Amino acid sequence: MNANSIKITSRNVQVYYGDTHAIKDVNVDIQDKSVTAFIGPSGCGKSTFLRCLNRMNDTIDICQVSGDIQLDGEDIYDKRVDPVQLRAKVGMVFQKPNPFPKSIYDNVAYGPRIHGLAKNKGELDDIVEKSLRRGAIWDEVKDRLDEPGTGLSGGQQQRLCIARAVATEPEVLLMDEPCSALDPIATAQIEELIDELRENYSVIIVTHSMQQAARVSQKTAFFHLGNLVEFGETGEIFTNPRDERTESYITGRIG
Amino acid sequence: MTDISMGNSSHPRKTTSLHSIDARTKRRNASETRFRYYGISAVFIGLLFLVFLAASILRSGLPVFTQWTLNTSFSLTQEEFDKAEKSILKTKSYESLFNQFLLEKLQRKGIDLEFDKKSIERILGKTGGILREYYRSNPDKLGEPVDFALSTSSRIDGYFKGRIKRENVTDSRFLQKSDIDLAEAMRDSGLIKRAFNWNFIFGADSGVDNPGGAGIGASVVGSFFMMLVVLLLSLPIGVAASIYLEEFAPQNRITDIIEVNISNLAAVPSIVFGILGLAVFIQFLHLPQSAPLVGGLVLALMTLPTIIISTRVSLKAVPPSIRDAALGVGASKMQSVFHHVLPLAMPGILTGTIIGLAQALGETAPLLIIGMVGFVARGYPETFLDGFVEPNSAMPAQIYTWAARADAGFYEKAWGGIIILLAFLLSMNIIAIILRRRFERRW
Repeated sequence: MNANSIKITSRNVQVYYGDTHAIKDVNVDIQDKSVTAFIGPSGCGKSTFLRCLNRMNDTIDICQVSGDIQLDGEDIYDKRVDPVQLRAKVGMVFQKPNPFPKSIYDNVAYGPRIHGLAKNKGELDDIVEKSLRRGAIWDEVKDRLDEPGTGLSGGQQQRLCIARAVATEPEVLLMDEPCSALDPIATAQIEELIDELRENYSVIIVTHSMQQAARVSQKTAFFHLGNLVEFGETGEIFTNPRDERTESYITGRIG
Repeated sequence: MTDISMGNSSHPRKTTSLHSIDARTKRRNASETRFRYYGISAVFIGLLFLVFLAASILRSGLPVFTQWTLNTSFSLTQEEFDKAEKSILKTKSYESLFNQFLLEKLQRKGIDLEFDKKSIERILGKTGGILREYYRSNPDKLGEPVDFALSTSSRIDGYFKGRIKRENVTDSRFLQKSDIDLAEAMRDSGLIKRAFNWNFIFGADSGVDNPGGAGIGASVVGSFFMMLVVLLLSLPIGVAASIYLEEFAPQNRITDIIEVNISNLAAVPSIVFGILGLAVFIQFLHLPQSAPLVGGLVLALMTLPTIIISTRVSLKAVPPSIRDAALGVGASKMQSVFHHVLPLAMPGILTGTIIGLAQALGETAPLLIIGMVGFVARGYPETFLDGFVEPNSAMPAQIYTWAARADAGFYEKAWGGIIILLAFLLSMNIIAIILRRRFERRW
């Protein structure tokens, strides 16, 4: 597959929370097998836009999305699309680690179970092991798979959540500030993991840390007040921003 | 900003020592200490009331668990049985046979008191009826000695327990001073003994003139069938309604109105539910009167709001991140609720349900309105299904009926009934605590 093939395209996407116009006219193309970072000040709409990509905004009654978002050329807001199927393809990792209050094994096995990905226990065991390896946490938990996932440390919990997200064989991974609740060492581990995940998935990460965006991403999108201000190669954005607002933000004058 | 450290500032600062407490701090500390004493005395007063309540319940109720009883071995021949059955006053003939037997027994024991035949009836109640009933249903026991345990009458029992004082007795057709002498002689010779009153726990209600024979067993069974109906109806309906309202229903005016009305229902007096049950279930749907089924339906209506409110509170308490996590891996709304949210809310739901059931167990007024009064609890249902439709009472209604009767013996029974009722409530609360501990998980 071409490394530069486009995975997700969005055209004229508008999001309203009641009367608030939260996302204004966002057009963006997200490449497969690469990491795209969304940066911007608080309340700029980057998380809202991220949640449009797997229709998590459907759970909020007052949220209305219009415009066109396509995954592999298919409109994900089409009437025929079941959000449940979409979310199996577009996995999500949240800001605060949120493992289920179940065993480590059951945390990872839950997705494959409800999607019927494993025919028997042996296959399920394989999926769990593979996912935990991808989440770079296998070595730490392989001897205590039946202990509760909530008993792990914050960084381990977040890697468990990543393992849980990849267990359903998604094509896209959405990460909503995955390191904001973690210490620097755990953050470094997650960043390393994100870099590895790039081989198999299209990763989109929302982050408040510009250093993090610069370290892990190939493309960066800067959002400001609901507008997508600038989108391009990460190196370009940080060294030679075209827009004044981008420059002000990355140099610390706004935000 | 460095004024403080500079000696010659324009605002000279008074230096204070940390070792001397200023007036303002003293006042603050004093008011805190005062408040602490208020709190301690409030708790103490509460405890005092509790101890007083428990002590008075136990003091008045415990005597009912024992009964002064005459234990004797009596035998009746076939000829005596036939003769008694042929006579006009049948029970009277049995009674005179028994009196003759008892008289000889007393004489053998060396008790030689002057008393009339009525005395024995006043001490032991209607012995003739008990004997006749026994031998008519067990004719094979004729001719051999049978052990009888005959309860003493409520007044004699009350005298032995200290409820009735000799100096207060005025000779009447219920009790005479000579009866007391005879009863005491029987007790001293070992004929009348104090025994555990199993009949109170397993028996049924008796007539108004026989407090000694009254038991709460039948109404415990009535309460059990009622609670079964309440649990089977209100738990599934309540939980389903709360899950829908909390997780699926859109937030609009209709759900707002429903919400407000559920809260209002929780505050409706129980007697309103009782009269509603009478009108709808008995007069309109023609369900049987005094049946635990109807009682259970009425109490289920009453318990529903409690269960719905506590279930919604516990569903709300489940962190939204768990729902996000489930939806994020592609679970449907229903899967996220049933696989993740509901198990986490379970301890709260169970606690609410048991509190609702305990409330229903102690409810009296609506049961009296639909006819589950104490005196219909005359026996145990024959089959399991009969338990739902056969007329019966429930514990609190039974207690109310006893407390309203004239004989002081029943008043004592009411206290005893309260002990049994409290024992059930206490064990339900303990079950609630155990369940909550077992299901409780941290997240």
